[in-house]
Amino acid sequence: MNRLFSLPNKQPLLFLIIAASIWLALYQVLIPLSELIVQNLPVERNSRLGSALQFFFYDTPKVLMLLTAVVMVMGMVNSYFTPERTRALLAGRHEGVANCMAASLGIVTPFCSCSAVPLFIGFVQAGVPLGVTFSFLISAPMVNEVALTLLFAMFGWKVAGLYLMMGLMIAIISGWVIGRLNMEEHLEDWVRNMPKVSATLDDASLTLADRVQTGFASVREIVGKVWPYILVGIAIGAGIHGYVPEDFMASFMGKDVWWAVPVSVLIGVPMYTNAAGIIPIVEALLAKGAALGTVLAFMMSVIALSLPEMIILRKVLKPRLIATFIGVVASGIILVGYVFNAVL
Amino acid sequence: MKEIKVLGTGCANCKATVKLVEEIAKAKGVEITLEKVEDIQKIMAYNIMSTPAVVIDGQIVHAGGIPAKGKVEGWF
Repeated sequence: MNRLFSLPNKQPLLFLIIAASIWLALYQVLIPLSELIVQNLPVERNSRLGSALQFFFYDTPKVLMLLTAVVMVMGMVNSYFTPERTRALLAGRHEGVANCMAASLGIVTPFCSCSAVPLFIGFVQAGVPLGVTFSFLISAPMVNEVALTLLFAMFGWKVAGLYLMMGLMIAIISGWVIGRLNMEEHLEDWVRNMPKVSATLDDASLTLADRVQTGFASVREIVGKVWPYILVGIAIGAGIHGYVPEDFMASFMGKDVWWAVPVSVLIGVPMYTNAAGIIPIVEALLAKGAALGTVLAFMMSVIALSLPEMIILRKVLKPRLIATFIGVVASGIILVGYVFNAVL
Repeated sequence: MKEIKVLGTGCANCKATVKLVEEIAKAKGVEITLEKVEDIQKIMAYNIMSTPAVVIDGQIVHAGGIPAKGKVEGWF
């Protein structure tokens, strides 16, 4: 038993190969397994309840397994992209390309909303342009592996892919626009007066075993935190799956309702929850006939902009810059909502 | 007597870090003074980019996320 537990440390590569094989094998048998469970329950397989239960017993392990795998891999990838390295990559670059880089790096750099301010100041201090810093700050929470995995597992790769592309575009363009507005003077004075630092990098090189441990840590932290939300989301999905969906939401969140997108975004801006917490709501809204663009715009505005984050950012930004930030990002999300509704 | 500071703006991870440090220091019987630094200007003076961070006797020993248990044990 002890040898088994020490495997990730002693033979990290071997461990990863074995773990991936077991994962793949398990993933293959999820459907038969869920059928087997339902067969052994005292319900009729073809009844509504039977079909709902089968969906639940298939979807729950599927989503949790996908999430665990992605979080594990991203945890290891994250260990290559510390905030310090990201800053060194972005420092001194010109806008445009740097906005694209910042938005993309936002996906792979580990980020917690409570780190937003230290990160923000750290970037600005090292000479990363303000607009580029914003590109990073918008993309990091909004386009993340948890949101993408859940969208993929529950609504398919097209929805996940569109979310990724649109999210990146919002981050790149909003950051670029804020950069164009030359709002450096709307940083709080103490931020502007901080001594400039050079973006140096003391590279503590990690071994593969260390990175595997980082992966474990993020699985513990993230999957441990989000699984209840996922269960609720799937339970809602299963309930709807088994019973006939109604078009309850279609009348006011459907495609034909032109004001649905801006209103959803306005409601979503002050709200705050993480990517997993919003999934049950997304699931329920979609199943009740709400348009995908409207729902995804709502989801983006909840994750990307929130009242608690604004309160923290207020310590470093003057009100006008905060208002500009909210305005530019919210407009971007509204636009994306309309585009989604138009193309899907 | 070790002088420990936990830097963080008061999020859940920061609180968990404070608790973890307290627990392990107690379990190991090490005497510490623990201070929470929540003021953002004071935090930035340490030149870190991710919180929570831990400072022991003026030295930054950790930044970003809740430290692993083994790492905290190594400090005492």
